[in-house]
Amino acid sequence: MSTTVAAPAALPAAQAPARTGALRAMAPRLVLGLYVLFLLVPIYWLVNMSFKTNLEIASGMTLWPQQPTMENYRRIFTDRSWYSGYINSLKFVGLNMAISLSVALPAAYAFSRYRFLGDKHLFFWLLSNRMAPPAVFALPFFQLYSAVGLFDTPWAVALAHCVFNIPLAVWILEGFMSGVPREIDEMAAIDGWSFPAFFVRVFMPLVAGGIGVAAFFCFMFSWVELLLARTLTTVDAKPIVATMTRTVSAAGMDWGLLAAAGVLTIIPGAIVIWFVRNHIARGFALGRV
Amino acid sequence: MARIGFERLAQRYPGSPHYALRPMDMVWEDAGAYALLGPSGCGKTTLLNIVSGLLRPTEGRVHFDGQDVTALPTERRNVAQVFQFPVVYDTMTVRENLAFPLRNRGSSAREANTRVEHVAGLLGLGAMLDRRARNLGADEKQKISLGRGLVRGDVAAILFDEPLTVIDPHLKWELRSRLKELHRQVPVTMIYVTHDQTEALTFADRVVVMSEGEVVQVGTPEALFDRPAHSFVGHFIGSPGMNFLACAVHGREAMLPGGQRIALPRAYAPLPGRVELGIRPEFATLAREGLPVALTRVEDLGRRRIARVELDGQPFAATLPEGMAVPAEPCLALDAAGMLVYADGRLAEGEA
Amino acid sequence: MAKPHNDRAWFLVLPVVALVAFSALIPVMTVVNYSVQDTFGNNQFFWNGTAWFQELLDPSTDLGGRFFDALWRTLLFSGLCLLIEIPLGIAVALTLPRQGWGVAVSLVVLALPLLIPWNVVGTIWQVFGRGDIGLLGAGLQALGINYNYAQNAFDAWATVVAMDVWHWTSLVVLLCYAGLRAIPDAYYQAAKIDGAGAWAIFRAIQLPKMQRVLTIAVLLRFMDSFMIYTEPFVVTGGGPGNATTFLSIDLVKIALGQFDLGKAAAMSIVYNLIILTVCWIFFATTTRGQSEAAQ
Repeated sequence: MSTTVAAPAALPAAQAPARTGALRAMAPRLVLGLYVLFLLVPIYWLVNMSFKTNLEIASGMTLWPQQPTMENYRRIFTDRSWYSGYINSLKFVGLNMAISLSVALPAAYAFSRYRFLGDKHLFFWLLSNRMAPPAVFALPFFQLYSAVGLFDTPWAVALAHCVFNIPLAVWILEGFMSGVPREIDEMAAIDGWSFPAFFVRVFMPLVAGGIGVAAFFCFMFSWVELLLARTLTTVDAKPIVATMTRTVSAAGMDWGLLAAAGVLTIIPGAIVIWFVRNHIARGFALGRV
Repeated sequence: MARIGFERLAQRYPGSPHYALRPMDMVWEDAGAYALLGPSGCGKTTLLNIVSGLLRPTEGRVHFDGQDVTALPTERRNVAQVFQFPVVYDTMTVRENLAFPLRNRGSSAREANTRVEHVAGLLGLGAMLDRRARNLGADEKQKISLGRGLVRGDVAAILFDEPLTVIDPHLKWELRSRLKELHRQVPVTMIYVTHDQTEALTFADRVVVMSEGEVVQVGTPEALFDRPAHSFVGHFIGSPGMNFLACAVHGREAMLPGGQRIALPRAYAPLPGRVELGIRPEFATLAREGLPVALTRVEDLGRRRIARVELDGQPFAATLPEGMAVPAEPCLALDAAGMLVYADGRLAEGEA
Repeated sequence: MAKPHNDRAWFLVLPVVALVAFSALIPVMTVVNYSVQDTFGNNQFFWNGTAWFQELLDPSTDLGGRFFDALWRTLLFSGLCLLIEIPLGIAVALTLPRQGWGVAVSLVVLALPLLIPWNVVGTIWQVFGRGDIGLLGAGLQALGINYNYAQNAFDAWATVVAMDVWHWTSLVVLLCYAGLRAIPDAYYQAAKIDGAGAWAIFRAIQLPKMQRVLTIAVLLRFMDSFMIYTEPFVVTGGGPGNATTFLSIDLVKIALGQFDLGKAAAMSIVYNLIILTVCWIFFATTTRGQSEAAQ
């Protein structure tokens, strides 16, 4: 019988992995643990510094604040030039999300459901805007939005960010929508739904996950971008990211304040991630898995 | 090749109060062709995965040739398994796919190739050995899955988990007869999971019928047909299934609720619980005399006709003999040879 | 299943086209317009033909030399980022748990760097790497390594690359993780039965099934690393010297610093064309492989 032949050959191999087996089982956790550590240590360092006084920062290395202080945060929340930066940022981010999604939804539906004249070229052209370096657009945007009188308003930044976010939103939504069987559309037509009613009441709930993910990406790329946001604003609409760079260059190095401002920019992102955590993996694959 | 034994084997999934597989003892003989038959959720795939080692049972032991393999992982159990949906390695050619299990176990390229050519010949894959696997149709992919199971000459058992689900009906026949043929050539223990009685009855020497986590009968296809050990088997095997009439049994006589008396071939001691008389449609014919019934409809199955009738309000299926017109006052003629008595669903033994 | 042809679908894409055309087409026209003109700074422009392009693409000129230096630097940077981030991202994705509470926690932690404003990313590493107040800088110096990213070009490069790995590897991880999650269990079970080890499973199942997401990952990482501006600008300001002056940094210097519109415009166009070409080639070759497979 061949099992009795095979068994002795298999047995010595059985004892050997007992020790290396434990190591093998540990290895993935170790890799993941090290990577997470690598991600968190620099962030920790920023948080650490935000609770220190400038005196403590300047006087030497401490792994955690010796005299923890909220002074840096207090200054940000009481100084208008600081906290208005956050409000301005949230304004154009919100505007951008609203604009991007409302135009991307019907377009993504068209791309996922129909072929039409020039569809492929149009799609690539849209994506090519996502591939354009913001540095290329900085100067023309400055001139364009100055000319139409939108300079230094949230609208300028929101519209400028649309160049990157609309193509991305169309791409993501198209991926999610293509996962919804077309029979749904046909059933709805047979049941007598009008197209707008069908789209809002039936179709959009089906791709709710995709809409969430697209909104997340619009938030993300609008929230993190500096170059355009800085170029298109001066005073009234100045976003927090620009406030940070300018204060640094003007008033010397107030590290504690800078760190506190940085920590406060991380928090909205962390909150948003928590809401989309179940869709995040699929979302980063742009709905195409 | 191995004799597979189960000892007090049971499976309970975490968080579930019920057994997915109720405790049981069983032995499957070496080189046998077995089918696990039952409706979805009856525990047949659970049992299969326990045999292959993908699932570790919560209770009991599994033996291969008397050796306890309960704790052994799949890759050291020396079994092959074919899944419901074809699994092929996309980036490889058919040849590389078939050689994969051998190469992983350290066979030389030449050795592997000889086996691959042989198996490809058996399955009719010879012409497409050097094509990429991902460009093939579902039935060819499933043949590759089968081939990967067959290519190892030394396996203890080959397990099939509803392997013909995605295959077109007209190809099912071909693949099934090929499997049967293969079993004749390569005497290895084969275990075939299905919910389709035709597949089970044509493939297997012995069929294991399962219901709600319990093995209700193990037997040859004839035994399942002639003497179902459980009313579930009677219902499930045969098309249409066995008729069951609620009745009371005294000695050699069954009495229906309406008062009709039926003579039984055997004598029965007083029976506990719910008593039924079981009789297959093949042993009940529509006639001009016998038990009067009300005809509901006639189904023409091509080779034979089935009359759906009501006997005292109880539905019943009977054979309408060839060439016979439907009688104006239909009656049932029952063949005593096919009469079985069930108490609480289980076959009651009578005395001759 | 073929999609039906319907030209009325254009009405649905019209808002997008209008908005993107306003936001992108007009600026692109402006750039093209500038690239073929010159000015004496009094808002009077005159036709300059392809002179800016000739100067830009001739390495012996001042502008050309500067452009090609920045181009090689940027290519080297993108290459290094891809070489580190793609394998590391795959490796980390393979270690992520598939179920349980660890999934949500890992995903949130992984995604965190992606949501941090780019200049804050720069700030974090600027602080982290400083010898006087940063854990990394002070730690390296304590080990006897004379690390100073503000003065030593190699240290500056190491810091900028480490920062990009820190910032963006999670994107590759999340993409790969999505790809891995989409593999049905039956594949792993079949591989076990076929006696495949971890490496064979990776080669035969996981890598092929990740091909699609890896395509997206490489595309996005190439584009974004090739366009990088904010993070190195905050950390090194392009220095020491010009050691970390990448194309975007140089472009902004020329356009917004020196207000050299013609040169900046010509550079923008060439820059953009490079990205488009590379992405298109990559996209076309990988999707052709896929559409062949689909047949």
